[in-house]
Amino acid sequence: MAPQRYRILHETEYNYGNLVQLSRQLLRLSPRVTSWQACLSHEIRVTPEPAEWSALDDFFGNPVVQFALQVPHRELLVEVESHVEVRSHAPKIAPEDSVTWEEARDWLLHTVGAAVLDPSQYLFASPHVPVTRELAAYARPSFPPERPMLAAILDLTRRINEDFEFDAEATEVSTPVTTVLEDRRGVCQDFAHLQIACLRSLGLAARYVSGYILTHPPEGQARMVGADASHAWISVYCPELGWVDLDPTNNLLADTQHITVAWGRDFSDVSPMRGVILGGSQHDLDVRVTVMPEDEVPVMTGPPRPSKPAP
Amino acid sequence: MPRQLIAAYPKSSGRYDELFESSGRVRRHWRGFFDELLEARPEQMARRNTYVQQQIFENGITYNVYADSKGTERPWELDLLPFIIPHDEWRHIEAAITQRATLLNRILADVYGNQYLLREGLLPPALVHGHAGFLRPAHGIACPDGVHLHTYAADLARSPDGKWWVIADRTQAPSGAGYALENRLVISKAFPELFRDLRVQHLAGFFRTLQESLAHWAPKEAGSSEAPRIVLLTPGPFNETYFEHAYLARYLGFPLVEGHDLTVRNGCVWLKTLDGLQRVHVILRRLDDDFCDPLELRADSTLGVPGLAHAARAGNVLIANALGASLLESGALDGFLPSLCRRILGEPLAMPSVATWWCGEEEALEEALERLDHLVIKGAFPQLRFKSVFGADLDGAGRKKLEAAMRARPYNFVAQELVHLSQAPTWDRKHPRRLDARAVGLRVFAVATPNGYVVMPGGLTRVAGEADARVIAMQRGGASKDTWVQTQDPVSTISLLRREIQPQDIIRSGTNLSSRMVENLFWFGRYAERCDNAARLLRTALTRCIYDGNSEPDSEQAQQRTAVMTLCRAAGLLPKPDAPFSLQPSAEGDPSPLTEEDALLQALTDPEYLGGFASNLRQLIRVGSHLRERLSLDNWRTLNRLNQDLEAQQLVQSQEPDLGEALAFLDQAIMAMMTLAGFALDGMTRDQGWRFMSIGRRMERLQFGILALGQVVSDPAMRRGNLEWLLDLADSTITYRSRYMMRPQLLPVLDLLLLDDSNPRAITFQVQGLSDYFRRLSEQFGTGGQDLLDSFLERLRRIDLGAELKAPRGIDLPKLLTALRNTTYTLSDQISLRFFSHVAEQHTGSD
Repeated sequence: MAPQRYRILHETEYNYGNLVQLSRQLLRLSPRVTSWQACLSHEIRVTPEPAEWSALDDFFGNPVVQFALQVPHRELLVEVESHVEVRSHAPKIAPEDSVTWEEARDWLLHTVGAAVLDPSQYLFASPHVPVTRELAAYARPSFPPERPMLAAILDLTRRINEDFEFDAEATEVSTPVTTVLEDRRGVCQDFAHLQIACLRSLGLAARYVSGYILTHPPEGQARMVGADASHAWISVYCPELGWVDLDPTNNLLADTQHITVAWGRDFSDVSPMRGVILGGSQHDLDVRVTVMPEDEVPVMTGPPRPSKPAP
Repeated sequence: MPRQLIAAYPKSSGRYDELFESSGRVRRHWRGFFDELLEARPEQMARRNTYVQQQIFENGITYNVYADSKGTERPWELDLLPFIIPHDEWRHIEAAITQRATLLNRILADVYGNQYLLREGLLPPALVHGHAGFLRPAHGIACPDGVHLHTYAADLARSPDGKWWVIADRTQAPSGAGYALENRLVISKAFPELFRDLRVQHLAGFFRTLQESLAHWAPKEAGSSEAPRIVLLTPGPFNETYFEHAYLARYLGFPLVEGHDLTVRNGCVWLKTLDGLQRVHVILRRLDDDFCDPLELRADSTLGVPGLAHAARAGNVLIANALGASLLESGALDGFLPSLCRRILGEPLAMPSVATWWCGEEEALEEALERLDHLVIKGAFPQLRFKSVFGADLDGAGRKKLEAAMRARPYNFVAQELVHLSQAPTWDRKHPRRLDARAVGLRVFAVATPNGYVVMPGGLTRVAGEADARVIAMQRGGASKDTWVQTQDPVSTISLLRREIQPQDIIRSGTNLSSRMVENLFWFGRYAERCDNAARLLRTALTRCIYDGNSEPDSEQAQQRTAVMTLCRAAGLLPKPDAPFSLQPSAEGDPSPLTEEDALLQALTDPEYLGGFASNLRQLIRVGSHLRERLSLDNWRTLNRLNQDLEAQQLVQSQEPDLGEALAFLDQAIMAMMTLAGFALDGMTRDQGWRFMSIGRRMERLQFGILALGQVVSDPAMRRGNLEWLLDLADSTITYRSRYMMRPQLLPVLDLLLLDDSNPRAITFQVQGLSDYFRRLSEQFGTGGQDLLDSFLERLRRIDLGAELKAPRGIDLPKLLTALRNTTYTLSDQISLRFFSHVAEQHTGSD
């Protein structure tokens, strides 16, 4: 597949009920640079003007910005504009040609040293990802003995996509995976956490990826600004192949339509915007995301649309 | 008689005895002490014991127990007899702890640095990535000289062959050194001669080393020659070892701060004080590291400082121990230490851990399951909250369940050999001269210095509830001992107070006064005065119940009683007439209607009775507990005694209500409140903090005075009546009698209680005082308020009492009192907005 170029607008707007005196925020909104993804240009604008600003890479290598506001304010607007090129990176081999999933598991368990340094971070329970027998049991039908790893994880991806219903009202960020497993509904973030939890419960290494996905406007209509949302999928470590990106929400291998922003053990490592404020009381949050192919011009229509839940 | 002394001493079988050799002879290093126990008269020992208990009580040494239904604080348990360690044995312990601290620090520096140990396969990934204590945001934060582990503690135990073993490592924020110090101060005074003759090493040097090391590694400010500001960060009074935090803060001379006292601005940490923001260079933390920064670490932490990790990363603050240090608190690490020690330090591990296997290794799992009866199974990582299981305690089903869990997630478990803890002599408090024995463990402490680790020559000896206990936990009712480490060298007698102080070190009052502290001082003043007001009004009211209870309805006595009860209702000490539970017998003929006496006794003793004495005292103690490092111990002794007396009183009144007992208690309570006021007047420096406390007191007294006088002035019956009760309430009877030698009348009483600015209970006196305090605050902060108060003074001086009293409802006086009351409310709000919440400053600007 040919490389794809995208322009991404990501606006986050907070309206507070009371004056905020102090605010300190952590942003993970800058696309990662990877072997398959280049960041051609990137800009962050914050209103009001921050008193402090610092940028660095976090433990996982994700770009992070920390800023602080010391002027009293009732509104906070963060506008991010990125220009990104994504090349194809989905595995090129047939799923049946990969190593068996037990070989992958045992390799992770018994190998010591530098080779497992990276995948072994993603083997254990983390704040949003429990490791339980119930989750292993759900995953088990996709992992019969000696099944090739890639075939097994694709099957698990398909089953999650079929067994679970997309329901933006059913869950919140804090809804535990065990509830998602019981109720069989949720959003992309829930499906990602669920699949990661299944894989780790089997002894495999899986991480959480946050980013964007290209959506397609209804037939015959132009793209609307702000109609998109942040997206989440997962990455599984396969010996010999490395990290393989899978999207359980859309039942596919993530490739040139997925724009990677950050990865970590789960959502708690990569939340796009996290902050602590003094004052403010209750707030309204509005997030507007637009993902468009480089050469496309979006339609600006009237006031911005209210934010949509993540797909 | 030795026989009497050791009559009940349990023979040790299968465990090491600290006092006796196996032959039955007293061990050499114990002989001096044992002889003293033989010779001491029972009265002498009883006196020592009483002394120890009294010191603990009076110094308010406590340990908070989360699950204790009686409230969170429990007195510290300290045995009369020290734990004695001879010189040569100590040298071995000291060397081993120094080595272990060095090793652990190197491991920590590696995991939070280039991760060589993981890369080389010397440390299994699970020990890092499976441990919730591995804080990823702390990775890469540079620590000066590679020191992450500034303070370290190890729990040691002695096996039957006399060898010492490490049971657990404390690396997060080791507690206990302060309790060890406190134990020392108490026990060394109980046996001063023995303490000297046995050449026991002193502890002060260790704490001085801690001060110096932290100062050494403090970030340097360009062009500043000032001493670095070091603070002790506590989670607050509800932490189990808060007493120790406050105690150490005072001893080390570090301000005790909570997260809310600090703020991060421009990459630096600042202390919020009355004088503005002050730079903080070092944080000695007793707050768990994951709670330290809600922005980058646990988002649900309300105890931390947003941006703290950022400030540490920028190198602008030293956090001790470094963020992420709790990673080493895992039994899973123990099995790897011998090889890591050889690899990193090139020498064998001097003191082994109790044999521990991490079940994440297949062979270890199988061996653990095989030998389960002889092992204790523990969670490998603290976040698992797995309660240790003794294999021998399990029945068939329990065993199966455990085995299944271990096989499913072997890396979450460690198996550890059981240690038969040694037993040490303890003093049987219930017997005049008798030794008992209990299982003991020793916690020892080390501090990093630029020249390597230094071990405290002493420690916290922990004593189990029974002689054959398998675990010692302070949370489960354990006790402690002072630890005497002997030396052959001259005893170093440095004291923290003897350090030479340079002119630039001179500290004047007023600096470092945190906003939170000032707020607490203000409320301490208010609650102290509220307690005093409640106690005085209750005393006056209960006295009237006794002496005027059966007087003729229209008599002077009955009128006085009515007047007092009316005031009690207004002050909230009696239910208002329309309150749900009526003082009248109910229509159904309730057999026991609540009498005024009952209600007053309830207001006295029931902490749930809002506005009553007990509830105000509880608030006073609560606020006071936030001020431990600020108030002298005498304040504590007074409050503790009063609280004890109140508890006794609650018991008396709940069994058999007794007005006489209640009055006797109220006398004591009023004395205690006067004692507190005396300390404030005579024992505290006149800094701004003191001024806020005094403002709190004056405001409260003013409001109470207005309430009482306002009532009298506006009530014709009271105006006409005998005002003995009012003078009594205002503690002004003597003054009145010395001036007038006649029955109290309205005009002279009002003059004395309203206008006489020499009477410390008069309205004018309070207003005058408040005006002075506000003027002093204004000089520093430009806040105002005094002009308003001065205008009230002027109005009070112009009051024509004669004319006021001729008019049936007064002329200006009632209005004046109401306006004055409202003004105190406004001023109180303004203080709180301007000085305590800081939010207000911004509002003031935009309003």
